[in-house]
Amino acid sequence: VAYVIGPACVADYSCLEICPADCIRPRPDDPGFDSAEQLYIDPARCIDCDACVAACPVEAIHDAARLPAAWASYAGVNAAYFGRAS
Amino acid sequence: MTRSLRVAIVGAGPAGMYAAGHLLEGPGGTYLDGRLQQLVDRPVEVDVFDRLPTPWGLLRHGVAPDHPEKKLVETVFARTAARPGFRFYGNVEIGHHVHPRELAEWYDAVVYAHGASGDAPLGIPGEDLRGSLSARAFVCWYNGHPDYRDLDIDLSHERAVVIGNGNVALDVARILARPAGSLRGTDIAEHALTALENSGVREIVVLGRRAPLDGAFHNPELEELAHLTGVDIHVEDGDVSGDHDPGPLDQDSRRKLGTLRNYAARTTRGSSKRIVLRFLSSPVRIVGHDRVEGLLVGRNRLELDAEGGRRARATGDEILLETGLVLRATGYFGTPLPELPYDDRLGTVPSIAGRVIAGGHTVPGRYVTGWAERGPRGIIGTNKKYARDTVRSLLDDARHARLPLPGTLTAEAVDGIVRSRQPQVVDHNGWLRIDDRERRAGRAARRPRHKLTDRPALLDAASGPPPNS
Repeated sequence: VAYVIGPACVADYSCLEICPADCIRPRPDDPGFDSAEQLYIDPARCIDCDACVAACPVEAIHDAARLPAAWASYAGVNAAYFGRAS
Repeated sequence: MTRSLRVAIVGAGPAGMYAAGHLLEGPGGTYLDGRLQQLVDRPVEVDVFDRLPTPWGLLRHGVAPDHPEKKLVETVFARTAARPGFRFYGNVEIGHHVHPRELAEWYDAVVYAHGASGDAPLGIPGEDLRGSLSARAFVCWYNGHPDYRDLDIDLSHERAVVIGNGNVALDVARILARPAGSLRGTDIAEHALTALENSGVREIVVLGRRAPLDGAFHNPELEELAHLTGVDIHVEDGDVSGDHDPGPLDQDSRRKLGTLRNYAARTTRGSSKRIVLRFLSSPVRIVGHDRVEGLLVGRNRLELDAEGGRRARATGDEILLETGLVLRATGYFGTPLPELPYDDRLGTVPSIAGRVIAGGHTVPGRYVTGWAERGPRGIIGTNKKYARDTVRSLLDDARHARLPLPGTLTAEAVDGIVRSRQPQVVDHNGWLRIDDRERRAGRAARRPRHKLTDRPALLDAASGPPPNS
């Protein structure tokens, strides 16, 4: 299980600043950042530490196992950003 | 001992507040080159000016009322505003109460973060008719911006047309389509809630000049339409069927196409309201005598230009959509500030790395960030990176003695002058009183806040008893 960023994300990247696994993309200086709809967590690299959950100012990050129903598709959306199946 | 670096920021929206946050760097530091670092090596004092009595800019007057989660980012700005060295000067207009040349004299550096508060012109006949307005103005109206509360919004015609294909276009379409009652638990302005609950609008047509995949809207905004109860979604002229091969697509586009195919394949449920996403359609002329009666729409086909880009070309087919309300959602656009360089083609302040450029040279001590720097693009957090980089230029100039330091006034001296020019300054404590009054009034009605929408009421709340009394 990994953590998943949902559609509330505003790309404030407070999560990415403190992620010990460096598994959140795009980073502010990555080419895709300016046009990003949101940020994404790589499920293969996430270490389940939940530090990002508290860092997110807009409560956009959830445990994949406890995603709100309306956001159910976002585990797949996060994984697909890294070219992975969820 | 070095004195504090004194910086003015013009605009208390996300761009200005992220710039203030980076200047008043927190203990965690600033994210750069893959790690958090301390970039600020001396004390800094920041005064943030805004022409409105309230801070947070488009977070308050742009973000849709049914997106409350996005507004939680105000906690970041509230934390910055609570740091030592921060002052808010609300209800002070730069270019009116205080002039840019004065800011340049009073401070070591000035960061312009005044955003884009105008509209990209549509350039079709009839766009000034009553009943035709920018989506930006409509958004300001439902979000309780004091300058737009008396806007003449006629929701009696059963069709409204939204011109444009960005997130703002989908925001206003969604707000118009929402079932009565579903906005009651939000912070929407009271006058807008009343008008929308008595609205006669049943169909909202959203016009896109090009193909579905050229839409600038984001996936969450597009997908959200499916969750509206009592609203049918139609896709017209989009050619989103499976037999057309759009070529290789990125993930965002694949997702959009999937959603649109889904909408196109849905059978009509006979709901009382519908949103029609109509692609390959350009507005030609708004018709009507003393007010909007219809919109003439031309159909387009896509052609590839020499560079392989997709261009919309008029086919010559035109249809008339009867409507009483046309909302032009073709983009925010910058407006010039007196004495500040302005590129009227881009609607921005010319700059390099956040340093303002005039006559081919950087203007010492003058900076720009946010939409005023790069144009109206990106989401809230995009401004954080741009603010960081503008602040890095400013700090670098301070370190290398490139700032015009002589003549800088003390914080007390500035405070005295500003209050003499505008006795009704709303300072940070004033804003906390407004915030408290709005939240209390909201609690009674089970809303996050009940916005005060006119200046006298805001000023009254700002000078009222302190919070928690």
